[in-house]
Amino acid sequence: MATRAFQKIYTKITQITKATCSLKASGIGYDELASVNGKLAQVVKIIGDEVTLQVFSGTEGIPTDAEVVFMGKAPTVKVGEQLAGRFFNAYGDPIDGGPVPEGKEVEIGGPSVNPVRREQPSELIATGIAGIDLNNTLVTGQKIPFFADPDQPYNQVMAMVALRAQSDKIILGGMGMTNDDYLFFKNTFSNAGALDRIVSFINTTENPSVERLLIPDMALTAAEYFAVEKNEKVLVLLTDMTNYADALAIVSNRMDQIPSKDSMPGSIYSDLAKIYEKAVQFPDGGSITIIAVTTLSGGDITHAVPDNTGYITEGQLYLRRDSDVGKVIVDPFRSLSRLKQLVTGKKTREDHPQVMNAAVRLYADAANAKTKLENGFDLTDYDNRTLSFAREYSEKLLAIDVNLDTTEMLDAAWELLSRYFTRAEVNIKQELVDKYWTKREA
Amino acid sequence: MATKGIVKGIVSNLVTVEVDGPVSQNEICYISVGGVRLMSEVIKVIGQNAYLQVFESTRGMRVGDEAEFMGHMLEVTLGPGMLSRNYDGLQNDLDKMEGVFLKRGEYTFALDHERKWPFKPLAKAGDKVGAGDWLGEVDENFQPHKIMAPFTFEGVYTIKSIAPEGEYTIHDRIATLVAANGEEREVAMTQKWPVKKAITCYREKPRPYKLLETGVRTIDTVNPIVEGGTGFIPGPFGTGKTVLQHAISKQAEADIVIIAACGERANEVVEIFAEFPHLVDPHTGRKLMERTIIIANTSNMPVAAREASVYTAMTIAEYYRSMGLKVLLMADSTSRWAQALREMSNRLEELPGPDAFPMDLSAIIANFYARAGYVELKNGATGSVTFIGTVSPAGGNLKEPVTENTKKVARCFYALEQERADKKRYPAVNPIDSYSKYLEYPEFQDYVAQHISPTWIEKVNEIKTRMLRGKEISEQINILGDDGVPVDYHVTFWKSELIDFVILQQDAFDAVDAVTSLERQEFMLDKVIGICHTEFTFDTFTEVMDYFKQMINIFKQMNYSEYKSEQFNTFDVQAENLLTERRENK
Repeated sequence: MATRAFQKIYTKITQITKATCSLKASGIGYDELASVNGKLAQVVKIIGDEVTLQVFSGTEGIPTDAEVVFMGKAPTVKVGEQLAGRFFNAYGDPIDGGPVPEGKEVEIGGPSVNPVRREQPSELIATGIAGIDLNNTLVTGQKIPFFADPDQPYNQVMAMVALRAQSDKIILGGMGMTNDDYLFFKNTFSNAGALDRIVSFINTTENPSVERLLIPDMALTAAEYFAVEKNEKVLVLLTDMTNYADALAIVSNRMDQIPSKDSMPGSIYSDLAKIYEKAVQFPDGGSITIIAVTTLSGGDITHAVPDNTGYITEGQLYLRRDSDVGKVIVDPFRSLSRLKQLVTGKKTREDHPQVMNAAVRLYADAANAKTKLENGFDLTDYDNRTLSFAREYSEKLLAIDVNLDTTEMLDAAWELLSRYFTRAEVNIKQELVDKYWTKREA
Repeated sequence: MATKGIVKGIVSNLVTVEVDGPVSQNEICYISVGGVRLMSEVIKVIGQNAYLQVFESTRGMRVGDEAEFMGHMLEVTLGPGMLSRNYDGLQNDLDKMEGVFLKRGEYTFALDHERKWPFKPLAKAGDKVGAGDWLGEVDENFQPHKIMAPFTFEGVYTIKSIAPEGEYTIHDRIATLVAANGEEREVAMTQKWPVKKAITCYREKPRPYKLLETGVRTIDTVNPIVEGGTGFIPGPFGTGKTVLQHAISKQAEADIVIIAACGERANEVVEIFAEFPHLVDPHTGRKLMERTIIIANTSNMPVAAREASVYTAMTIAEYYRSMGLKVLLMADSTSRWAQALREMSNRLEELPGPDAFPMDLSAIIANFYARAGYVELKNGATGSVTFIGTVSPAGGNLKEPVTENTKKVARCFYALEQERADKKRYPAVNPIDSYSKYLEYPEFQDYVAQHISPTWIEKVNEIKTRMLRGKEISEQINILGDDGVPVDYHVTFWKSELIDFVILQQDAFDAVDAVTSLERQEFMLDKVIGICHTEFTFDTFTEVMDYFKQMINIFKQMNYSEYKSEQFNTFDVQAENLLTERRENK
């Protein structure tokens, strides 16, 4: 952070905490950036002439006579075509050894889209995974997280979804990502030959945690550039938002704010919403779709982070290991895509919504049968049929290694329904049953 | 002279301003930041310092920036031309804003300055009028929009002159009124009112009793809401709050529907923008958008404006109620509103109440719900504001402050349940925990006895009892096993399943099933009750299950068919045959 001529340098810090420092200064704008002995900081509080700065990389080693220079602007990122294929840190500086990209300097965390200027999302994102495409269809302009325990392969699934989805740009925002995972993404993307459409902003576990707070805004500001100015379909991957929320909690704690549920700041809902609501379908064809990861602790979704996220995002996807078939599946019960009805049966075959519901309902009956079995009760013939159905449904459709198009998925589902059930048992509209029931005269 | 001030401190959207004159609580103030004027509201005063919540981002604001106080509270502009509009939480017309992104400090007029409205006088010179009395009317989207004496007027006025029938803009003078002390006041078609004050220009607020038809069976049949009633829908995410709200707002038999999207997803509002202009009001045959006003303050829009948005919506609702119209107000979600209060309370460093919400949360919620209601106007006409709010309980736990405080004041409770949603039993309204207090109102009982059938309440209560009994038996079966209970129990259980599948569950995405007329609801209820009253004898529980599954399937097909269509009647006959077959078998 080189200082420019005529900039006032302050050298008297009055207070230092783990994440913030304060000093007396005047004429300072709220949200403005500053450099404290070369460390980047941002104004978070002004009371009279006392200004409090949040130092992103932590205050370790900052002396009371540190040189503080205010930059007169909010955090920015340089956007342009040159971003493609590059890896940056939370400040937008290259970490791949390449040159600093040229481009337009834009403030991050910019204004919201006027809701009346949004288009209704209507374009299906095909992933080939039936647990997603069949049961929880994704749509451009949607925001949806994986709710996953830390040991689940969410990064792998996310990378697969990103590569299969037909998007013009993929923007990866990594928060508190392990170095191994960072290299995994880097290798997966370069092996797929997709690097030229990928931009990454990475904060690894080795970097200071408060720096993470910049990552989503950096990634989404870049995404807005491609979606608005280039009318591109942009897919933004944010992993892991729980780490982001933890960083928010640290900062609010340092600022003596009263914590609400689970030690999270009272503003956690608005803070997360500001990020996720950047997902949008623009009228000119550009779109921003956000797929995020929220790691859970022990599957607890009532924790403030997944809970608030669930209220903000348009659904959520759960992964689960199905011990009956020994595969990781997309859990059909708890997973949900709220925008699916915009495309199912419209962009896909007419029977999609009803087949999807019938199969999930019968899968639920299988779960009941399983409980009965575990409790030592006799199973009826129907129970046995649901169990067999569930096993095949899990293996052929829910498993994440499936790669089919939606019509193939629907045909596979009808085949299973017809094999294990009678027409009355599936509870599907008569005309659809007449049309698609797989004939099997014994 | 207007009070001015200088910015002294900034923490996020809480700004301290040192003032040079009097300020009042909730007064509106504009702070100039780099040439842009940002709207804010006084929320606390200590000595010379006024604490303001700014309705916009404070990025770049500096100590020393100038503030100008306006001398009034947050107001809405009322008048013809509000229907079909999309406002933000502060009543800015979103369609008038330029560009794709919202610009800070851009405020747009809520109505149309130039449009001419066909005015018809309803009062004449010499008439005595008071606040809220009707002077004339214009036609707004086929609704008689009454032009009223301003709500701020006190005492009795005499009409000195009133404009003849003709075309006028909202700013043209349509009447001159003379106060008792001889002071003359000119009246136009528009007026302003502070959102945090209730409009109370009515004679009486009796207990509501008229059923408000929503087309949703689990509401109309099982837990009805009334014109001027209050209800709330709590539910964990993913249980279908928004789908249910949208269904009600599309189908309800109301003159005016106001939807306050308060801190929720923008795409949900976009869905309304996209669909309502094309969808048809099932009661009038006109486009839904014609009767709808949307207040969109989505989750990424400023928090302070989110708090204002529900009040803006309520004030507009009360305005239309004063015209003798049936208004339905939906707020999604009141939890986000409460959270906005929490954020500000936190920044003000107030001592927190439960879950860090402000201590007076229960009073704030109670006051707000109290603004709904059925009223008799001074001229004998009636109007109503029916309010349904959703609540998003943290972690799906109903023992949290917003749910608990709402439960104390709302008369209908539609508890959405995760378990039902997981089983795809939509709408996932729990039939046992949910209630409508109106079922106990004698006025309501008389009303339905006259308008639907004298035995209606009896049947509804029977349904509820049967659902409870069904649940008890299903728990017993889970413990004792299918063989562990008598076959009779299975019959009783499956009768409750029949009620669940045929009456309670409804496909909001199917054109026919989505909306059920009251007549049809009565028809289906009688059918189902008829089966419930039939004595069946079965040998084994599997027979029971198979039989009822067949029956459910036929009824489901009926629900998907147009009422009394050939297809519908065919399924009806099938159901009858299945029933007689069984009866005759024994």
